[in-house]
Amino acid sequence: MSFIVGLWRNEKSRQIILQIFVLLCVGWFLSWLAGNVSSNFQSLGKDISFDFLSIPAGYDINQYLIEYNNRDTHLRAAIVGLLNTGLVAVLGIILATFLGVSVGIIRLSKNWLATKIAYWFVEFTRNVPILLQILLWHGIIINSLPHPRSALSIGDVSFLSNRGFYIPKPILENGIELVYLFSVIAITFAFLFYKFSKKKQELTGVQYPVLWINFAAIIILPTIGYFISGMPVSLEIPVLKGFNFVGGIHMSPELAALTFALGVYTAAFISEIVRAGILAIDKGQKEAAASIGLKPSKVMKLVVLPQARRIIIPPLTSQYLNLTKNSSLAIAIGYMDLVATLGGISLNQTGREMETMVLVMAIYLSISLSISAFMNWYNNRVKLVGR
Amino acid sequence: MIKDLYKPGSYPNLAPPKGTVGFYGWTKSNLFSSLSNSLLTIFSFILLYFLIDGIIGWFFLDAVFDADSKIECRKIDSGACWAVITRRIGQFIYGFYPDAERWRIDIVFIGLFFASAPLLYPDLPIRRWLLWFSGFYPFIAFILINGGLFGLVSIEINLFGGFMLTMIIGVSGIVCSLPLGIMLALGRQSKLTVVRSISVCFIEFMRGVPLITLLFVASSMLNYFMPPGTNFSILVRVIIMFTFFAAAYIAEVIRGGIQAIPKGQYEAAEALGMTYWQTTRFITLPQAMKISIPGIVNTFIGLYKDTTLVIVIGLLDPLGIGRAAVSDTKWNGLSTETYLFVALFFFVSCFAMSRYSLWLENKLNTDHR
Repeated sequence: MSFIVGLWRNEKSRQIILQIFVLLCVGWFLSWLAGNVSSNFQSLGKDISFDFLSIPAGYDINQYLIEYNNRDTHLRAAIVGLLNTGLVAVLGIILATFLGVSVGIIRLSKNWLATKIAYWFVEFTRNVPILLQILLWHGIIINSLPHPRSALSIGDVSFLSNRGFYIPKPILENGIELVYLFSVIAITFAFLFYKFSKKKQELTGVQYPVLWINFAAIIILPTIGYFISGMPVSLEIPVLKGFNFVGGIHMSPELAALTFALGVYTAAFISEIVRAGILAIDKGQKEAAASIGLKPSKVMKLVVLPQARRIIIPPLTSQYLNLTKNSSLAIAIGYMDLVATLGGISLNQTGREMETMVLVMAIYLSISLSISAFMNWYNNRVKLVGR
Repeated sequence: MIKDLYKPGSYPNLAPPKGTVGFYGWTKSNLFSSLSNSLLTIFSFILLYFLIDGIIGWFFLDAVFDADSKIECRKIDSGACWAVITRRIGQFIYGFYPDAERWRIDIVFIGLFFASAPLLYPDLPIRRWLLWFSGFYPFIAFILINGGLFGLVSIEINLFGGFMLTMIIGVSGIVCSLPLGIMLALGRQSKLTVVRSISVCFIEFMRGVPLITLLFVASSMLNYFMPPGTNFSILVRVIIMFTFFAAAYIAEVIRGGIQAIPKGQYEAAEALGMTYWQTTRFITLPQAMKISIPGIVNTFIGLYKDTTLVIVIGLLDPLGIGRAAVSDTKWNGLSTETYLFVALFFFVSCFAMSRYSLWLENKLNTDHR
């Protein structure tokens, strides 16, 4: 008895006892769950198998990036869904970043009116549920935009209607390789020039207008290539045929609503992150930079932004991740993303809830774990070393 | 000599230079301080003009507040057709709860006000008495909403809906997720490897998957994990999932707070001979919680907004009621009006929550700056 009391009073052995106890509890709980699943499955006559992935899916997907028809397998449908998730995530992230950074900077400007407008924009968008915003935008596109026959046209080449957005599609013809070649040359030149000018500045202090020269090179060189090879790009302009447009790039109302809602919603959060990041830089840093004679634009570029970047990037990445996870709400408006294909129709058709949900969760989990691994790596790299 | 020259009162007090104060000065420094600033101001004015012009006309002047259908609305005027809201306001608030029993929900709403007041405002005069009420409130609310006891008619859960459902899920999620979140945060910081790894796995899993997949699990798969024959209500399952989900996020927020506490605090506690639980109770949590208030409230706001996700598993919260109204042939296509109304409800509640968190943060701020 006294031996047991002794074990309990010793910190080391007490910790081991506690851990074994916790481990036993968790192990018992998990085996209880597994036991329940197996007995439930037995009584229902079900088994666990992923064979359903290779049988034909039998349903249509209206938006796809790789070839797909309803005779393809469930696996291919899931990949189409995953790519659709990726598509809306990328579009949304681009929109959110542009809008968010602009709003964040406007909120820091000295203009009273613009600051107030930006403030209320942020408060309104981030305090309304994202699902509601998706449905609202979708409703506006479906119910308030005109029919294709009376579509709003932008210069007679792009059209807005309740069937979605149509923009001209570039058709690449023979000779496009030259344009590609010139682009590669331009980018290589820009990279080398950047390295060269940086070295030159470190050695001698001479500064070149790197940004402008590189910008010009990247624009002008491919344009020259385009004209030399005889203008190998033509535009396929959408035309009205019957009840809808044909040709061009089509952005379905669902994709448009989802991109817009996710972009605007996330932009509100990003603007706060950008603002907080810039405000977090000590005032003394700016004053010191100004007192050694830097122009305000240089103070921003050389002193404030490099420090703010360290604060901004981790929460920014997690906002991107949130946007990607929020894109799963696509199911509410019928956009065929991963959750709507594999976790929606495939689930209903095959009746394999367990397998499909495990797959969907595993995919999202691996995306977010790899992004947080990247974030940890970045945090360690930019961490202030000191004290 | 100079001293005499500038003696106070020897010169009249001059007004500040012209154009630096008053309306003109304010306008100049805040709206037109530079060329780009002036352009921004003009652009904002144009934007504001179109917004206000459109909003006032569509929202109020041309709007119809009572009609029998959308067609009738359009006959009366061209603006918003708020009739879809006014005709269904009962559903938006109570869902399909029977008309005769709605007074019970009203009492629950009023009770919520009195139960939350002492928790939210520490300086309330009769706080100690109200705290007793707060303790009993969940049971009272449960009996009132669910019925079946004390002669109250029992109400089916599938009749719940509207704002009432949002409040039920939101408040229960918030109340249950805070303790669980604190436990997970402590677990993640624990010295015991087993406890730490279990907490990490739970937190990372919950944060890694979209909430919607967890709700699918709750609605279609949770029964597989229970002993055969168990059947508990979908509402409870949903609340459990919301609690787990929010707790994982709260745990991370509180972990940030715990890590921000200087190491000297623990060393001092150890020097005083405090045990782990004493240190946690008197040193770690009071400081960590204070730091994490903004993050915790943000998580609560997120949870509250996420309650709308229950529409994908067929529960009818205000958004679900709105979606049903929009697809009704009588009101078909009035999505903007309906969703804006629901959006207003969420905006008011979430904005109030974030203002409260700002107030509390200032109140608890003990920095001497």
